[in-house]
Amino acid sequence: MKKLFAAVAMAATMGLASGPAQAAESTSLPEHTWEFEGVFGTFNRASAQRGLQVYNQVCSSCHGMKYVAFRTLEDLGYNEDQVEAIASQYTVTDGPNDQGEMYERPAEANDTFPSPYPNEVVAKNANGGAAPPDLSVITSARPGGPEYVRALMIGYEEAPADAELAPGQYWNEYFPGHKIGMPQMLMDGAVEYQDGTKATAEQMAHDVTTFLHWAANPHMEERKRMGLKVILFLIVLTGLLYAVQRKVWSDVKK
Amino acid sequence: MASDYQTPYKGVLGWLDDRLPVINFADQHLRFYPTPKNLTYAWNFGSLAGIALVIMIVTGVVLAMHYTPHTAYAFDSIQKIMRDVNYGWLLRYIHMNGASFFFIVVYIHIFRGLYYGSYKQPREVLWGLGVIILLLMMATAFMGYTLPWGQMSFWGATVITNLFSAVPVFGDEVTRWLWGGFAVGNPTLQRFFALHYLLPFVILGAVILHLVALHRYGSNNPTGIEPKGKQDQVPFHPYYTVKDLFGLGVFLIAFSLFVFYAPNYMGHADNYIPADPLVTPPHIVPEWYFLPFYAILRAIPSKLGGVLAMFASVLVLFVLPWLDRSRVRSGRYRPIFKQFFWLLVLDALVLGYVGAMPPEGIWIPIGQIATAYYFAFFLVILPLLGIFERPKPLPNSISDPVLKKGGGQPAGATAKPMEKA
Repeated sequence: MKKLFAAVAMAATMGLASGPAQAAESTSLPEHTWEFEGVFGTFNRASAQRGLQVYNQVCSSCHGMKYVAFRTLEDLGYNEDQVEAIASQYTVTDGPNDQGEMYERPAEANDTFPSPYPNEVVAKNANGGAAPPDLSVITSARPGGPEYVRALMIGYEEAPADAELAPGQYWNEYFPGHKIGMPQMLMDGAVEYQDGTKATAEQMAHDVTTFLHWAANPHMEERKRMGLKVILFLIVLTGLLYAVQRKVWSDVKK
Repeated sequence: MASDYQTPYKGVLGWLDDRLPVINFADQHLRFYPTPKNLTYAWNFGSLAGIALVIMIVTGVVLAMHYTPHTAYAFDSIQKIMRDVNYGWLLRYIHMNGASFFFIVVYIHIFRGLYYGSYKQPREVLWGLGVIILLLMMATAFMGYTLPWGQMSFWGATVITNLFSAVPVFGDEVTRWLWGGFAVGNPTLQRFFALHYLLPFVILGAVILHLVALHRYGSNNPTGIEPKGKQDQVPFHPYYTVKDLFGLGVFLIAFSLFVFYAPNYMGHADNYIPADPLVTPPHIVPEWYFLPFYAILRAIPSKLGGVLAMFASVLVLFVLPWLDRSRVRSGRYRPIFKQFFWLLVLDALVLGYVGAMPPEGIWIPIGQIATAYYFAFFLVILPLLGIFERPKPLPNSISDPVLKKGGGQPAGATAKPMEKA
C-alpha cells in the first residue's frame, strides 16, 4: 500500500520533473466558434450529418462508440429507414445462436457503433501499443472538450529536429506529450461530402467534432430548452416571493 | 405516562392530534416558533442546506434504481442513465452539481456561525452536531464520487484510502480492511455504494438532532444577544418561511444555471474515462470542496503528519467553543476578531487554490503558510483575542440599536406581529 502511495506521489512528481515538456503540452487551444455553444446553441444538423459521414468513412476504421446507439441518430434528422441503412454498413458479433456459436450480422438500429477490434488487446497490438479510445464521450473526457478534439485532428506538424519519434508515432501540437499514435487522418478531400460542401481538413474537423459532441451530449438541446423555461419560471417566482416577503415584513420594525 | 396535553384542534385534526400530536409539533416548531426578528440573509443557509440534503436524497434514490455497483458495469450504467433513462441526464446533473451546491451552502453556513459566534455557550452541542454533519457529508461525497468508476473515481479512492496506511503498526491491515481486498476493486465499490446510500440517512438523523439542539435555545442572531422578550422576536411563519422561500428561489436560479448550462464545469474530464488501474492520470485532484483539506494534507512533509493535520483541521472545530474565550458572541462588536475572521476566509480560499495546484515550487511554502494560519487562528489567535481584545459596547437588546436609528418607535409597534400569530 505504501508502494501504491509512493507510485501516486511519483506520478505527481513526474509531472513536475517533465516541466519543460509540460509547458509545451499546455499549448493553448485555438479559439473556435461552434453552433452548439451558448444558451440557444443547437447542433447544426447538416454539419453533424457530415460529421457522421467523416466518422463512418474515417474514424470508424479504428474507433468505436459503444454507448451510442444507431437509433439515436434520428435526433440528427434521419428517418428510420436511413438509420437502418447507416447501421447496416456495420457488422456486429451476436449470439450464441441455436448451435451455441457466435455469428456476425449487419448492425441494426438498436445496436451501438461497434469497435473494429474484438477486444482491447487486439486494438493495442494493431496500433503500436496504444488502443484507439472509444469516442462515445470523447468531448467530455478531454480537458478543452470540443476545442481540443478539433485542434487535435488538424494539429499535426513536422516533429522538431531533436524529438525522437518511435515507429508509428506522429507529432501533434495539441496532444499531451506531442507523440501520438494516430496518424493525421483528415487531409483535404479525405471524404467526398454528399451535400457538396468542400471537404477541407478544417471543415471535416469541425463537422466530426460537432457529431462527436452530439454523441457525448445527445440531450443537450432538450437540456438547454428546459433550462431556459426553468430559469425564467424561477426568476418570476423568486420576484413574487420577494414581493410577498416585503409585504409580510412590512409591519415589523427592525 | 399520560400527558396533560389537550389538543386545541377540533374534528378529524383534533382526533389525530390527540393521538399523535404532530400538528401541535408543527405549530410549535414551524409556525409560532419565536425567532429573532433581525436575522439577515446569512441565516438562509441553514434551511438551504436542509433542502439540498432532500434534493440529494430524492435524486440519489432514483439514480440508485438505475445504477449498477459493479466495476464492470458501473461506468456503463451511468451512460445508460445519461442516454436512455427518462430524464436520467437531469437527475444525474442535479445530483452531481447538488453535491457541490450542498457544500457551498454548508461552508457559508459554517462561516456565518463562526462570524457571529453561534458556537458559543449555550450552543456548543448544536455546533458540534454541525461538525459531525460536515464529517458525514465529506465521507458521503467522497464515496459518491467513486461510484461512476471513472479514472478520477478510482484514483481518488486509491489516494484517499491509502491515507489510512499512515496509521502506525496497523496501517496496511486497516487499508486492506477498507478495500475488502488488496487494492481498490469491486468489493470497495460495492461497500462504498452501500455506505453512500446509508450515510445520507445518518446525516438526516444528525440534522434532526441539530434542529432539536437549535430549538432548545433558538437561533443566534447578528447582534449575538439573546432575545429579551416578544418585541425582539417574530413567529417563524410567515416571516421566516417566506424569507427562506425567497432564498430558495435565488439558490435554485444559481443551481439551475449550472445544471442546465454548465453541468460538467465543476467536474473533471478524466472521470469520463473508465477507471484503469494501470494508467495513472497526470494530476489526481479531489473535487473542489476538498481542495483546502487536500492542501493541508500536502503541506506537512510527513505522510502521517499530513493525515493528522488534515483530520485535525476539521476536528479542531469541535473544541472551538472552548478555544474562543471572548464573552462577546457576534463578530460585529469584535473589531480585531473581524479582521482575523476575514483573513481566515481568504486563507481557506488560498488553501483551496493551492490544493488544485501541483505540489511544487512556490505552492509548497504558500500552502504551508496558509495551513499555519488556519491552525493559528483557532489555537492561538482566538484564545488570545478573548483576553486582549476590547469589544465594542453591546446594545441593550435586539430592538435597541435599531430603535435609536429608526427614530424611536414605540415598543408596542414591534410587538404587533405577535398579535397576528
